[in-house]
Parts: sequence; C-alpha cells; structure tokens
Amino acid sequence: MADISLIHYLMVAAILFTLGAVGIFLNRKNVITILMCIELMLLAVNINLAAFSSYHGHITGQIFAMFILTVAAAEAAIGLAILVVYFRNRGSIAVEDINMMKG
Amino acid sequence: MIAPFFFYLFAIMTVLSGLMVIISRNPVHSVLFLILSFFNSAGLFVLLGAEFLAMLLVVVYVGAVAVLFLFVVMMLDINIDEMRQGFKQHMPLGLVVGLVLIVELMLVFNHDVSHTNVLAVEVTETRSNTAMIGDVLYTNYLLNFQVAGLILLVAMIGAIALTMRHREGVKRQSISLQNSRRRDETIAVVSVESHVAPNILEDSRAANKKLQ
Repeated sequence: MADISLIHYLMVAAILFTLGAVGIFLNRKNVITILMCIELMLLAVNINLAAFSSYHGHITGQIFAMFILTVAAAEAAIGLAILVVYFRNRGSIAVEDINMMKG
Repeated sequence: MIAPFFFYLFAIMTVLSGLMVIISRNPVHSVLFLILSFFNSAGLFVLLGAEFLAMLLVVVYVGAVAVLFLFVVMMLDINIDEMRQGFKQHMPLGLVVGLVLIVELMLVFNHDVSHTNVLAVEVTETRSNTAMIGDVLYTNYLLNFQVAGLILLVAMIGAIALTMRHREGVKRQSISLQNSRRRDETIAVVSVESHVAPNILEDSRAANKKLQ
C-alpha cells in the first residue's frame, strides 16, 4: 500500500458527492432521503476542506468546515420542520404532490 | 504502515454506507447508514489531523442531526412502497449523471493534482488542533463565528414557529389575560342588611347586571 496522499481523500469525497447527487435522482418520491443525500454531499465538501487544510498545513479549511457544519445543521432542522408541517397539512410527503404554489 | 490501512478501512466503509443510504428500502435503515457514514468520516478526519472537527462531526451529526432525522422518519406515517415508486424509472438518468460527474472529477484530479504530495499525517505541531482552531476562530473569524451563531438562532426560532400550533378547544393558561383582569370586572360588593335574611338570588342578579 502506497502512502496516502491528497488525491485519495479527494477521490473519497468525489465518490461521496456523486453518491449524494445520484441519490437525489433515485429517490425522487422521498423528501427525507433527499435531505439525507444533501447531508452526504455536504459531508463530502467537508472532507475536501479538511484534506486541503491538512495538505497546506493551514487551519482555515477546518474553520470553514465548521461553518458548513453549522449551516448544514440549521438546514436540516428547518427542512425537517417544513416536512412535519407539510405532512400535518396534507398527510403525505411525496415530492410530486408538492405543487400547491403551481411553480 | 498502520495509517494507510485505517484510511482504506474508513474510506471504504464511508463509501459503502453512503451507497446504502441511497439504496436501502427503509428510511430508518437509511438514517442508520448515514450515522455509520458520519462515524467513518470522523475517522478520516482524525487521520487528517483534524481531531476537533471529527469530534464535532460525531457530536453534532450523530448526536443531533441524525437523531432528528430518526425522530421525523419514525413520527411520519409514510408508506415505504409508495416511496419506492419511480426508483427503477429514474435509475438510468441518475446513473448517467453520476457517471458524468465522477468521470469529470477524476479527470480534474489526474491533471491538476500531483500524486507525489504526501499528507503530513504525523502531528508535528506542538499546539493541539483544538487550540489552533480556537486561536484563529476567535480572532480572524470572529464575525463569521457570530453570524454562524445567528444562523443557528434563526433556524431554531424558525423551526419552533413552523411546528407550533394552537388547537381549538384546549384549555390553556393565558398569562396576559390573567394579568389584565381588573378588580371592578371580577368582584361585586353587595350590601346585606343585618337581621334580615338576604335574598341572595336577587342580589347576585343585580350584581351581575351591574358588572355587565
């Protein structure tokens, strides 16, 4: 096994990001799984930031990964709250039924 | 030679559990695989020397966000089979998009990033990772830090305001209503003659009329 370089971490993050993107396509009906896929993509971004932070020997990447973590937590809380309210009103969370605004 | 082994262990487990998140039938299983994925990427962060971030990932994601997901999945009565409709139908498009994305990313890596750069996995700093983050976070990034706190506050208030509801017919204590009561509106003084049996019914009617 060779030494682990930056490229290995970037590849893991790329695969994880692609999995998140594909998951959004596959689970078109399920909003909860779509939210989880967004979390996966944000995790991939965090891995990238931490890998570059370690690669350059500079702490700023980890700081920004923390900010992304904050925003991801806020986004998950708001998204799930919207989901709960929507389910209470309509009795379903199918994405294709969410067309009340005719957008 | 122990670091490459752990890197491959964590990386493969992260990717596999990420795959299981998107293909498992049951949303509860998806959440549990998401937790496994977060744990393994916390291991990757430790290998990168970002220990504080790794612990933060475990505490924030596994302790809060994943549990929130689990609550919502279990609270909502969703039909799993209905959720799976269109999985096969959307499969080709999803695979094409994923393939294009991954090929593009790999091409970028092959061209721009040198393979010879080895990460400094061994900790060389005398100061710990957490102390260094604190040094930078509370000085150079103080404003960003405060804004992050503000974002969390807005998210908290938003989530509460969205999910709170007032149902009709439920008796509740209304403190403002209690505090705004006046003595004149609630108490009636009725003068009663001594030695005479009071006509309580008449008196209370008169008092009520006076109140209204």
